[in-house]
Amino acid sequence: MIRLSSVSHQIDGAKILSNISANIPKGQVTALIGPNGAGKSTLLSLIARLQGLEQGSISIDDLDVVTTPSDELARKLAILTQSNSITARLRVRELVAFGRFPHHKGRPNHKDLERIEEAIEQFDLGDLADKFLDEVSGGQRQKAFVAMAYAQDTDYLLLDEPLNNLDMASARNLMRNLTELAAQTGKTIVIVLHEINYAALYANWIMVLKQGQLIANGPAKEILTPQIIADTFGIEVTIHEIDGKTLVMHYG
Amino acid sequence: MTKGWAIALFLLALGTLASLLIGVIDLSQDEIWQDGEALSILIISRLPRTIAILLTGASMAVAGLIMQMIVANKFVEPMTSGSGQSAALGVLIATFLFPASSLFVKMAIACLVSLAGTAGFLALIRKLPAHQPLMVPLVGLAYGGVIGAIVTFIAFHTELMQYLETWFNGEFSGILQGRYELLWLAGLLTMLAYLTADQFAILGLGKNVSINLGLNYKHITRLGLAIVSLITAMTVVTVGIIPFVGLVVPNIVSRWLGDNLRKTLPITAILGATLVLLSDLVGRIVRHPFEIPVGTIFGITGTCIFLWLLYVPARSKPQKTKPSMSGTAS
Repeated sequence: MIRLSSVSHQIDGAKILSNISANIPKGQVTALIGPNGAGKSTLLSLIARLQGLEQGSISIDDLDVVTTPSDELARKLAILTQSNSITARLRVRELVAFGRFPHHKGRPNHKDLERIEEAIEQFDLGDLADKFLDEVSGGQRQKAFVAMAYAQDTDYLLLDEPLNNLDMASARNLMRNLTELAAQTGKTIVIVLHEINYAALYANWIMVLKQGQLIANGPAKEILTPQIIADTFGIEVTIHEIDGKTLVMHYG
Repeated sequence: MTKGWAIALFLLALGTLASLLIGVIDLSQDEIWQDGEALSILIISRLPRTIAILLTGASMAVAGLIMQMIVANKFVEPMTSGSGQSAALGVLIATFLFPASSLFVKMAIACLVSLAGTAGFLALIRKLPAHQPLMVPLVGLAYGGVIGAIVTFIAFHTELMQYLETWFNGEFSGILQGRYELLWLAGLLTMLAYLTADQFAILGLGKNVSINLGLNYKHITRLGLAIVSLITAMTVVTVGIIPFVGLVVPNIVSRWLGDNLRKTLPITAILGATLVLLSDLVGRIVRHPFEIPVGTIFGITGTCIFLWLLYVPARSKPQKTKPSMSGTAS
């Protein structure tokens, strides 16, 4: 479980997050939703110690993110941030292989190599594995980064808008892969999503942020109400059950 | 891959042999072998010079590569962005304040000033907008230029101008036994860079990925800073500034094999050594028995190669690689 207690954060005097206290359940897919500028990315990067925590505390399975050594956390939690500007020119397989670094620290064994190949397989990158990242498309590069996070094989996986640049089928397959992963291996996945129907279909738990405030946090079914969505995004929606699946109609 | 290695090592061996045999004194005459003069030329002059060239080429290429990873920009190298000029400032200060001091003391001061100068460059570029990568080398050139001007100014007022040429225009003709051994330390630092190659490659994936993979970002950056500054200072003190090696060589290797440093760092070192060696040989041959400084020759060839790199986009070759574990297991 990820425990957030009284987390606040400011950047250059502007309040990004104010007094967030919440628990994110273990072994579930949690969707983090909210309008642009709600503080979703900041919250993820605080959980993953990419930014220093100013106020409050965050722990992951009782490991405090501030005091736990970074290399220990790297075996507990992986994060994929939204934009990745990289200087190094790497092949897809080499990038995925770096996901294993927290485990082998430079001396990969056959288990590491197996996991790398499995990640490449899982995200359908076999044909691209020997290409350089600057030779593949934006969506393919995005998949390679997700595969790298997968190869890291941590209990917790945080993904900030991983569906960016992905085509319809790739986006759906990625969401399916992640849901299966959580169901089969008990991994906890926290994912920032903009398409609310992906949250409706694949997430068990939803956390809603708006202007740095926690609006709601709970089981998906309880959160996806026309009221909460109207309060958060300021748009009218209707919610339907079709073949046992929830559909949020927000077009029109 | 193995074929590439074989070619690289063959060229290096050929160049090394040529470097031992080519010089002002012709070693092919039988008489100088009989009185042992040839042997002493080899031991006192040719061998030290050749070793110095190899160490300088390899370590400067690697220093350039490490600097590119820590500043996240492919267009910088220590000799043109302040580290080299700061090292020259260090030797100048040492020469002025402690004229009788040993080479070791001079080098220590050069190392300290170079560290400070490189740290200053890192601090300067941290404030630059991330979306304009070409600002970084431009700021580097200006920063290096300012420090270079300060060096010239001080040298002018302290009547030490005659030394400037030896620091600013690198050459190997003055290398003799007993005057190059500090470069072995640069070689050791290059080995250290190889031992931490994975960490430097991860730095090249950005700060977020580095922290995510459990790296101590600050420590690795500082280690890189130290390796770059010290290699630069040792090179400037013993042979002088040789520009472009640290810029051109890592970029050629990156184009060809990428930046998985565990795999490419040794090749970067070998290519750096080979190119500097060939430049020095050309400098020795063109106006024989006079010499053209290696920095001049490398400056011309380096600029041409660099322009080619800028204008010819990397083209993906048709994939012929076997679906093997290459790149992960190595």
